[in-house]
Amino acid sequence: MRLRWTAAALALLAAPAEAHLVQTGFGTFYDGIAHLALTPADLLVVIALGLLAGLRGAPASRRVLLAVPAAWLAGGLAGSAAPGAGGVPWGTAISVVLVGALVAADARLPDRIVVGLAAAAGALHGAANGATLAPEGGDALTLLGAAVAAFALVTLLSALVVSLHAPWARIAVRVSGSWVAAIGLLMIGWIAR
Amino acid sequence: MTAVSMWLHDETGAAAGILAGLRHPISGLDHVLAMLAVGLWGAQLGKPAVWLLPVAFPMTMALGGTLGLIGVPLPGVEIGIAVSALALGAMVLTESRPPLAVAGALVAFFAVFHGHAHGTELPEGTSGALYSVGFVVATGLLHACGIGIGLVHRWPAGRLAIRAAGAVVASGGVVFLWRALA
Repeated sequence: MRLRWTAAALALLAAPAEAHLVQTGFGTFYDGIAHLALTPADLLVVIALGLLAGLRGAPASRRVLLAVPAAWLAGGLAGSAAPGAGGVPWGTAISVVLVGALVAADARLPDRIVVGLAAAAGALHGAANGATLAPEGGDALTLLGAAVAAFALVTLLSALVVSLHAPWARIAVRVSGSWVAAIGLLMIGWIAR
Repeated sequence: MTAVSMWLHDETGAAAGILAGLRHPISGLDHVLAMLAVGLWGAQLGKPAVWLLPVAFPMTMALGGTLGLIGVPLPGVEIGIAVSALALGAMVLTESRPPLAVAGALVAFFAVFHGHAHGTELPEGTSGALYSVGFVVATGLLHACGIGIGLVHRWPAGRLAIRAAGAVVASGGVVFLWRALA
């Protein structure tokens, strides 16, 4: 019962307004990968988490690249326990703003905070996927596809950022974070509209 | 068949949204000149303004865009945009070096007007989220162009050329202000 209430709460916070399952024709696993690639809020938060982890260095990145997909999958399975719940996507948009702003500020957070934040964001977006995709034919493989795509993107981006040493390159990463935060703020505007 | 039609509709809206967003900041000379001036001024001021200004601008532009989206009226948007070109052009022309906080606040203030204009002009039938992605990216790339042009600041002739560009931007601001007030 507690799990059901938790899932409903996560879904209420997270459900994207325009979510729909992309049908690639290659099976639900690939549908999940395509969903992440084509859903701006999900894609942006994963990009921002990869950049944030990379700015904090290799040890933080190693933990984040495991925390994000694990939390995404767990949140997705919890969210699919409350299919179609919610409709208030504030949580996902706010998470995009928060993570983007932390990248823009190059916030010197302890590793455990970065990992906790990554896990919370992953669980929230995963719950949104689970709650909204299940009624459209999404299954555990769809969620696995989205989680694997998130893992791949976080791994590539954090490795890229960790390897950057030129000051201008790290500044470019921070500017990218400000773009993500700005887009997240506008998403809040679209929701409130 | 119905599913295919819906999918095509969704994707058409998505593509139209991102293209409309990318196009909006470059469709008006007032936006283009002000964005370029932000980059040029940042290049003149050097570190850390060269990255602080392009970070401050999109954040507060998004705040303005959100106000526009939720229907909060902002009086004198066109006047604000025109004055932004005039003021930022004048800063570049005179190579002004105010304290970093003042420069950041000035750029952030004007960004609200540009954002509000973007937020209220979404074409019908397009994806709002992707429109937002498009216009934030286009704005950022215009700043990058300004910074790139501003790299000539290291040479004496380049410094003069940047100040001349500031004069062009400020002159454009005067014309836009005239039109906005007419």
